[in-house]
Amino acid sequence: MKILVAYKRVVDYNVRIQVKPDGSGVVTEGVKLSPNPFDEIALEEALRLRDKGIATEVVVATIAPADAQAHLRNGLAMGANRAIHVVTDQPVQPLAAARTLLRLVEKEQPDLVILGKQAIDDDANQTGQMLATLWGRPQATFASKVEVAAGKATVTREVDAGLETLEVDLPAVVTTDLRLNEPRFIKLPDIMKAKSKPLETLQLAELGVQAGAELKTTTYAPPAKRSKGVMVKDAAELVAALKQKGLL
Amino acid sequence: MANKVLVVAEHLDGKLNASTARTVSAAQALSPDAIDIVVLAADPSAVAAQAAQIGGVSRVLAVANPANAHALAQVLGPQVAQLAAGYSHVFGPSTTFGKDLMPVVAALLGVNQVSDLMAVEGSHTFKRPIYAGNAIITVEAPAGQAVVATVRTASWPEAAGGGNAAVEATSADVALPSHTRWIGLAAGGSDRPDLQSARRVVSGGRGVGSEENFRIVYSLADKLGAAVGASRAAVDAGYCPNEMQVGQTGKIIAPELYVAIGISGAIQHLTGIKDAGTIVAINKDPEAAIFEVADIGLVGDLFQLLPELEKALGDA
Ligand SMILES: Cc1cc2nc3c(=O)[nH]c(=O)nc-3n(C[C@H](O)[C@H](O)[C@H](O)COP(=O)(O)OP(=O)(O)OC[C@H]3O[C@@H](n4cnc5c(N)ncnc54)[C@H](O)[C@@H]3O)c2cc1C
Ligand SMILES: Nc1ncnc2c1ncn2[C@@H]1O[C@H](COP(=O)(O)O)[C@@H](O)[C@H]1O
Repeated sequence: MKILVAYKRVVDYNVRIQVKPDGSGVVTEGVKLSPNPFDEIALEEALRLRDKGIATEVVVATIAPADAQAHLRNGLAMGANRAIHVVTDQPVQPLAAARTLLRLVEKEQPDLVILGKQAIDDDANQTGQMLATLWGRPQATFASKVEVAAGKATVTREVDAGLETLEVDLPAVVTTDLRLNEPRFIKLPDIMKAKSKPLETLQLAELGVQAGAELKTTTYAPPAKRSKGVMVKDAAELVAALKQKGLL
Repeated sequence: MANKVLVVAEHLDGKLNASTARTVSAAQALSPDAIDIVVLAADPSAVAAQAAQIGGVSRVLAVANPANAHALAQVLGPQVAQLAAGYSHVFGPSTTFGKDLMPVVAALLGVNQVSDLMAVEGSHTFKRPIYAGNAIITVEAPAGQAVVATVRTASWPEAAGGGNAAVEATSADVALPSHTRWIGLAAGGSDRPDLQSARRVVSGGRGVGSEENFRIVYSLADKLGAAVGASRAAVDAGYCPNEMQVGQTGKIIAPELYVAIGISGAIQHLTGIKDAGTIVAINKDPEAAIFEVADIGLVGDLFQLLPELEKALGDA
């Protein structure tokens, strides 16, 4: 069984994002970039399925500018067998990302595609659902547990009401939630090994993907600030302050 | 082109979820010519009757189909996409239900979705958060194509009731897949107020220390008639179930009163409570980031302060 993992590079989750004063974007110059945390979980899950002997090959894919090679090497160091780099200078919106991933799915014929539930830059939470739709295959989003056997996946999903379980026929699309697993750390020898693993490069322009109706971002603004409030010294003062605000 | 909005109803066990009336509020902000609600269920009658009472709704489309017994996105999606013909906008709530379903509709209609719509600036111009709410962007959807959006429920009040919309039985003539089977739902099943619509919420973090200790959080919540939430760290550590997580990747809420206990105030947590009326923080670390956003802060040991607080409330 082959697993394709969508592995996006994003601004590291520890970076405090600043909106540029002229509202034209956020400051990305010189900030730390890392794999999307949900995508590391996606890769870890694929690797665990391979460790268990259920999967035989794990392929990581990213759609990103030419300088994202190191990012893919990171995925290879974590343990992926191969990497595919779809090169484009432009950011891709979810529909274009899903259409591009569909091209890779057609080429690779994976039994399972695992994506993050959301990229923590655009926070869109769309690509996996769109890929499943375009592919005409099942989706199991926000997974906190995945079991694969006999051509099926049983997936536990984190939903607002609790934990929902679905059974889907393979091939299928799964998107990860935070509690699915804890990604492994990369060891130094693995970084060396990753250097000789296959990394295929494709030009997005040559895949014939139509971007579809794109959203145009016109302005960026910082969020409304909450002002610092008062400090109280004990429980009685807290209750008094709540009463004063009419909350009790 | 006239603006007509189709709102996809969220429901469970025959009850309409309050997220639907919030989504209708966002639709009303477009001042459209019509707002219709679609209810997909095995038997939609009870939910459709509830939806018909939301003010400002023109019609409720009831789609009965045994395949709709559970909200499977790949089953509901093609039906919604077909019924979307003639509508300028298709809105769903940005709950896990809507987040799962609406991108399916968007993909079938060939558009990108506007996720977490927080403000309407024009028929095709909206505000939404990115980077865990650290930036708010204004986006323009292309004219002449349906706008598919999930509505950030914390940004919108529930639309008023008092409506009397016509309920129309409808069906969608599309092939539905059988590749997905619903196995079950393990719900926390608490009789406390619902986290997403509660006026008061008390949340515990890693500082609470254990599942056992969480009792004191529940106890304070009961005293306040509040729902109970948690930080990711508390959920990850197994102190409480996943549906209690508040934040970027959990629930985004806007209660009148939010009490954070033993929560440091990581940006991903704060994203979930930005719209709360009053934030109270109890933390033993005076430097904790939560105090930067708290309206009322109290520094000290939660194990000492919570019993004292309950007592002070009792006298209140
Ligand atoms: C992609 C991503 C998504 C995330 N999404 C979310 C999300 O949706 N929601 C979320 O909450 N987090 C989320 N996180 C995690 C977030 O970054 C923080 O790790 C988490 O919020 C920390 O939880 P905490 O405040 O309970 O724990 P800590 O940061 O460990 O804070 C515990 C606090 O308790 C205080 N404390 C300890 N003992 C006591 C005591 N006896 N009395 C009083 N105070 C005490 C400490 O001073 C400390 O401030 C996400 C992270 C990532 C990477
Ligand atoms: N440019 C990209 N390259 C690789 N994977 C992507 C890309 N964009 C989106 N994805 C995948 O889709 C998931 C959801 O992204 P989004 O819909 O943008 O929130 C991410 O966690 C990735 O797994």
